[in-house]
Amino acid sequence: MRRLAFIVPVIVFLGIAAVLAVGLGRDPKILPSMLIGKPLPTFNLPDVRAGTGGRGLASADFHGKPGLINVFASWCVSCRIEHPFLMRLKAEGVSIHGLNWKDKGDAGARWLTRFGDPYDRVGYDPTGRTGINLGVTGAPETFVIDSKGVVRYRYVGPITPEVWATTLKPLLDKLEAEA
Amino acid sequence: MSAEIGQFALILAFVLALVQSVVTMWGAHRRDDALMALGRMATLLQLFFVVIAFGAIAWGYATLDFSVELVARHSHTTQPLAYRLAATWGSHEGSMVLWILILALHGGALAVFGRPLRTTFLSRVLGIQGLLGAAFLGFSLFTSNPFLRLSPAPLEGTELNPLLQDPGLISHPPLLYLGYVGFSVAFAFALAALIEGRVDAAWARWVRPWVLFAWTSLTVGIALGSHWAYYELGWGGWWFWDPVENASLMPWLMGTALLHSALVLEKRGALISWTLLLSILTFSLSLIGTFLVRSGILNSVHAFAVDSARGAYVLAFCVLATGSALALYAWRAPAMRTGAVFGPISREAGITLNNLVLVVATATVFLGTFYPLLYPLISNGGTITVGPPFFNLIFLPLFAILLTLVGFGPLLHWKRDAVKAILVRLRWPLGLFVIALLVGTFAFGLGKTLAAFGIALGVWLIAAGGLLLVRRWGLGSKSAAANWSLVRTTPVAIWAVALAHTGLGVTCVGVTAMGGFEASKVLRMGPGDQVEFAGRTVILDSLGEVAGPNYQADRGVFRIVGGRGPRQLISERRFYPSSQSQTIEAAIGPSLVGNLYISVGERDQAGKAVIRMWNHPFVGWIWGGAILMALGGLISLSDRRLRLGAPQPSRKTVEAAA
Repeated sequence: MRRLAFIVPVIVFLGIAAVLAVGLGRDPKILPSMLIGKPLPTFNLPDVRAGTGGRGLASADFHGKPGLINVFASWCVSCRIEHPFLMRLKAEGVSIHGLNWKDKGDAGARWLTRFGDPYDRVGYDPTGRTGINLGVTGAPETFVIDSKGVVRYRYVGPITPEVWATTLKPLLDKLEAEA
Repeated sequence: MSAEIGQFALILAFVLALVQSVVTMWGAHRRDDALMALGRMATLLQLFFVVIAFGAIAWGYATLDFSVELVARHSHTTQPLAYRLAATWGSHEGSMVLWILILALHGGALAVFGRPLRTTFLSRVLGIQGLLGAAFLGFSLFTSNPFLRLSPAPLEGTELNPLLQDPGLISHPPLLYLGYVGFSVAFAFALAALIEGRVDAAWARWVRPWVLFAWTSLTVGIALGSHWAYYELGWGGWWFWDPVENASLMPWLMGTALLHSALVLEKRGALISWTLLLSILTFSLSLIGTFLVRSGILNSVHAFAVDSARGAYVLAFCVLATGSALALYAWRAPAMRTGAVFGPISREAGITLNNLVLVVATATVFLGTFYPLLYPLISNGGTITVGPPFFNLIFLPLFAILLTLVGFGPLLHWKRDAVKAILVRLRWPLGLFVIALLVGTFAFGLGKTLAAFGIALGVWLIAAGGLLLVRRWGLGSKSAAANWSLVRTTPVAIWAVALAHTGLGVTCVGVTAMGGFEASKVLRMGPGDQVEFAGRTVILDSLGEVAGPNYQADRGVFRIVGGRGPRQLISERRFYPSSQSQTIEAAIGPSLVGNLYISVGERDQAGKAVIRMWNHPFVGWIWGGAILMALGGLISLSDRRLRLGAPQPSRKTVEAAA
């Protein structure tokens, strides 16, 4: 038993070394998600925007037609980069739901007032609990949900026109057709 | 010619390092004195050739030999000589040779001054040092050769990054490396002890000065780096939780733990296998730090040229060195004798607790630094980084615990102590802590309770450090004459611990004041404009262009009225044409209670510029405290007991035993 304690350091170290070795040759663009193909975890969040009582975001909202959840935060620089494109999508009539992730107080609401609000519904997740259930690793992140409430795709990083045109839009159209 | 000589010297040093490790190890195994003497000779010869190689690089810079690629990439004819010489270690290749030089110097010092050690033990230590040397020499030769020629040679070189053309650069990397490499001695000592299967008080007494030296250098090195960032990056941040800063902080935290556990081992013969483990881990963290900087695996402002071949080499080396050391530990340490026992409330227990907190703190920094790797998070556009909020969240409570403990530590009795007696002993610092907390909360308001708590912790540490001396001198309990004679005979060890712990308190005050009371202002100013800021009047006297030796600058001259009489401060925004880059030289008005920090922005058509000014209360205390800590380390190094090495059994005890 005592001997075992002395073996722990070398085992822990080999684990760390393995991670570093993987890191050295990793492709940073590949991101697996646990939730792909599984139903959306249950949540029911209040809206972050003032004067929108009772209109928050719930997992039940994703039934009947496919939808998008965009995870954002006022402290996230990449979200700021992504934001103008989301506004453009809104102008084109695309419905996007927002998840205001790990923001304090009304920081998210003020952010939306200041830069414009591209979202249909916005859930307020200050503790990041819903984010954890969704498997969010950072902001911005976008999830595509089908009409049965199943997560079909997860995109990490700001949505660019290219990503929208080649990946997200075709997927949404396909899901629309399925429904 | 000099580059070829350097190249040849580097190859010879590589071969000699291999010879050194094989001959010493084999000699120690066979107990062959001639072989072991040969090993020591190889160590000194290796040092000789490494010095030549390093000198060859420096010579290339001094004579501006642009046919050497390294020189052409990092120097320029207009670059002052001091910065050309400092450029010797301003690049990846050159800094590697500096690392090797320091390692060889440590090996040489061991070979010369280590004679009182058991010959077999010294040989094994040198053998491990030789292996480390060979690995790094191989790294230099095979992946980052500093002596590559350029043909045809360019007429002009590209300049060293202007941010690095600073007095801070001249001393920061060598001090850091002294720290990193210094821990290799503890590493080699631990492995040699594991091979021989014995550790005793003499081992700890031998290893302590090396650890102290490494720790002191690292402390100064980190403080210099932080101060450099403060005045050079132009906005007054002093710590960024950048991966490379973390890389130096981790060995420092672990080294601090090692320093204290080695003390327990020396004085009380306890914590034996724990000290060995810390010795291995501290140096491993230094290696991992090197890996981090050179692999490009994490983004950092400090990182050298990204090259995954280099990263793979250093990683393989880290894994081999640390992996085999820890395997040796797993195999041999359980058979070592267990240390002396101690009560749950004793100085040993206090130090053990301090060790635990420090190790947890190190693990936190490690996790935070490598988190982006553990969960590959990097997205197409933005990267997700683990920022200051994470570190602050974990670090503040951990350090609050640590700092509280540090005050108690040196005033605990060895072996066994009683809670009530401790509280009575420490009533004055504890009282001051409570008073500082109450006064702070009252003065700053309830919203700043955390700041008041931080300041109170600083007061507690300074008071507890002072109490050590007060108790030693018998102030208030003995006559003045007796006091004086006690002052003169105060052991070096007490001075050292009082200084180091007080320094920690001073740093704590500085960090808290910066965190809680920093103020800033941004405005557009033209010549003649004035503004009230932080109880002073700041007047912009002039705004114009000046030319430096290898740069052009926009210079703002400010006059400060109020505070402590009028004075002049100058801030510059420098443009270096040959490297097309810009630096900001902030105007800093330093004082004991805080700095006024002004940086000048770009001038517009109207002849006005955006001026940013900060009030940094007590910021100097952050580095002042670090200097006090390092002074404590230096004083402790001067302790005669350490220089004398292992105690010889006195005649009396021998007789008694007989």
